[in-house]
Amino acid sequence: MEILLAIMTGILYAAGIYLILRRSLVKLIIGIVVLGNGVNLLIFLMGGLVKGQPPIIPKDSHHIEGIFADPVPQALILTAIVISFGLQSFAIVLIKRAYKVLQTDDIDAMNKTDDIE
Amino acid sequence: MKSIILTTASRTLLPLLILFSVFVLLRGHYLPGGGFIGGLIASIAFILHAFANGLKKSRFLLRIHPGFLIPTGLLLALGSAIVPIIFEGLPMMTGVWYPETLPVIGKVGSALFFDTGVYFVVIGVCLTIIFTISEQA
Amino acid sequence: MIENLSIFPILGQAIVAVILLFFWRRPKWQRILSIFGSSVNLFIAAALFYFVYEHGTQTTQLGNWEAPFGITMVADLLAVSLVLLTNIVGFVLSIYSNANMVSARVKFGYYAMFHFLIMGLSGAFLTGDIFNMYVWFEVIIISSFVLLTIGGRKIQIEGAVKYFTLNMLSSIVFLTGIAMLYGVTGTLNMAELGRVIPTIENTGIVDTISLIFFIGFGVKAGVFPLYFWLPASYHTPPAAVSALFGGLLTKVGVYAMIRTFTLIFPLSEMNQIILAVIAIFTIFFGGIGALVQKDVLRVFSYLIICHIGFMVGGLSLFTEVALVGAVFYMFHDIIVKTTLFMMGGVFFRIFGNTKLYNMGGLMNNYPRLSLLFAIPLFALVGIPPLSGFWPKISLFGASYETGNIIMLVSFIFASLITLIIIAKVWNDTFAKKELETAKLKQLKYFDQFDRREKTAMILPIALLIGVTLYYSFFSEHIQIVAERIGHDLMHPETYIKAVFPSKN
Repeated sequence: MEILLAIMTGILYAAGIYLILRRSLVKLIIGIVVLGNGVNLLIFLMGGLVKGQPPIIPKDSHHIEGIFADPVPQALILTAIVISFGLQSFAIVLIKRAYKVLQTDDIDAMNKTDDIE
Repeated sequence: MKSIILTTASRTLLPLLILFSVFVLLRGHYLPGGGFIGGLIASIAFILHAFANGLKKSRFLLRIHPGFLIPTGLLLALGSAIVPIIFEGLPMMTGVWYPETLPVIGKVGSALFFDTGVYFVVIGVCLTIIFTISEQA
Repeated sequence: MIENLSIFPILGQAIVAVILLFFWRRPKWQRILSIFGSSVNLFIAAALFYFVYEHGTQTTQLGNWEAPFGITMVADLLAVSLVLLTNIVGFVLSIYSNANMVSARVKFGYYAMFHFLIMGLSGAFLTGDIFNMYVWFEVIIISSFVLLTIGGRKIQIEGAVKYFTLNMLSSIVFLTGIAMLYGVTGTLNMAELGRVIPTIENTGIVDTISLIFFIGFGVKAGVFPLYFWLPASYHTPPAAVSALFGGLLTKVGVYAMIRTFTLIFPLSEMNQIILAVIAIFTIFFGGIGALVQKDVLRVFSYLIICHIGFMVGGLSLFTEVALVGAVFYMFHDIIVKTTLFMMGGVFFRIFGNTKLYNMGGLMNNYPRLSLLFAIPLFALVGIPPLSGFWPKISLFGASYETGNIIMLVSFIFASLITLIIIAKVWNDTFAKKELETAKLKQLKYFDQFDRREKTAMILPIALLIGVTLYYSFFSEHIQIVAERIGHDLMHPETYIKAVFPSKN
């Protein structure tokens, strides 16, 4: 299972970086989204996989017996998802504005701010 | 786009979804749920209504501007974080709980107010985003 | 009260920002509230600085969870000095925005985002938890996106796309580093990491993770070869926003680098060489880039990059004296770069644009203003006794002592090239004869401003120049603070002890 997830993370990273390197704005945003999901999966993987042992203390005791899933990566992923949700919705509005204002979807055409003149 | 099925369904679904969102918000401390998910469900209720009846009607239904919900929720969350500083002399965000259990709501503490704040912020943010995008399109 | 001290600068800004959100549609109220809130926060930050200076590092355990388990806020001397400087800049810019920001932009929430940005900066400086630092970085990014795009001019949107992409990538790289760090150590508290990392036997993986962090922070700081977003976006927004960005945003990246490479991963020899090489390239490319630019704001943007090299270079030498120099240089740079971009706003109001070849005659038309503006320009070059000179003593001395002659040469090169650039800017804007250019109709020029607007534009610049002069003539005060910070940075035990008072 861990191997499978590790390969999956690698695929997500590769796909994300490939999409970011394309010239289209939409693909750029999709690439960032995919890359963000890859990171989330990596955090999840790094916490270690434990099957069927949620980190919840039973009602009549004060600690959990045996091995249990690490709750910290889950909290980290939740935070990262919420943050990327906000950023991605901003990004979508931004590319919509950019397309309307600049009349192009091609990143190579966006070189106004880098002109020396 | 008008669809009778969707319009009729949204009339029933809107109160149901809002009730469900409050339920999810309240059970959030010990069980799956909480302010974020509750807020998302509540905003889905309004978005569904907007799909069925048009943006104008759901804006009227909401009464207040969704942008107003964001600072309200933030203030509520900030207030719940500050309470332990002012009254108990404890570090910020320490959980302060009312000792008695109330009917329906359960135990009341600063975490509940924090979650309610998150609930409002999420509704505000989601509706602002969706309303803005669908108005421009 | 004392256990909450280090959270107050963040809390103060948060409250101001939330109150401002309620006054969404009332620009006048927003302006008054913002100045009032900034002055209160400046007072809070100054009080915290004084308290930490007198009584040592303060910590807050958020939610009353003990140190390695909860989030810790650590107010050590480096953090509170930067928070104080951030609040000085914030206070000054909230006055400056009165003249610089039109009400239409204020209605899109400019002031609220401005205070959220300062809150994020204070949080990033004060936090003692690496994931919490990521969260504060995201707060900074989101609010800076909004500030960058407010107004929605063509060039702004284009700059924002570049800024957005590279900063998103940098946070993804940063998060990757955090994930791997957590996998290796099982903790995210920076003090605990500082204790655990030396016990790890597999140093290869630790070095790899440290370089991932370096890439993440490098994009924020704008080091070679990751700086291309900076000159592409910093000249696009209104002057108040670019002043805030130019003064503070890159310094957060440098602060994060200094913090991680002293506390968590004390620099290994290999990393030292990598940092040194990158610092030299940053100095070189920033300087050459500034030399060829024809827009004054873009010249200043490239100068930011050039001078980031000083701080990264100081860090790479990794001796106490070098760190003192780097920290002092950072303090000096925050104030001077903010002043420069604010001056850029004044140039824009006087000439109608910021192209060097369209300017001229400032010395004849505004002699007193020219005298005022000369001070930050000379301070940037480092002409004694102005503020840029003092940190360079430590930096040059440290690079000579460690025998790192290439670094010494590149520091001297940077100073020289800064001198050439400033001479060029001085010649084009102040000394050259005034040109006859067609005036834009829709722009309100500086000589059309009434007294209040002129004050709002010049007073903040004068205040910051006052700070620069304080640095210059009372540099021993700053030097004492910087020396204490340098000592603390080279001895991370003090930081760890402050976070875990019971264990050691």
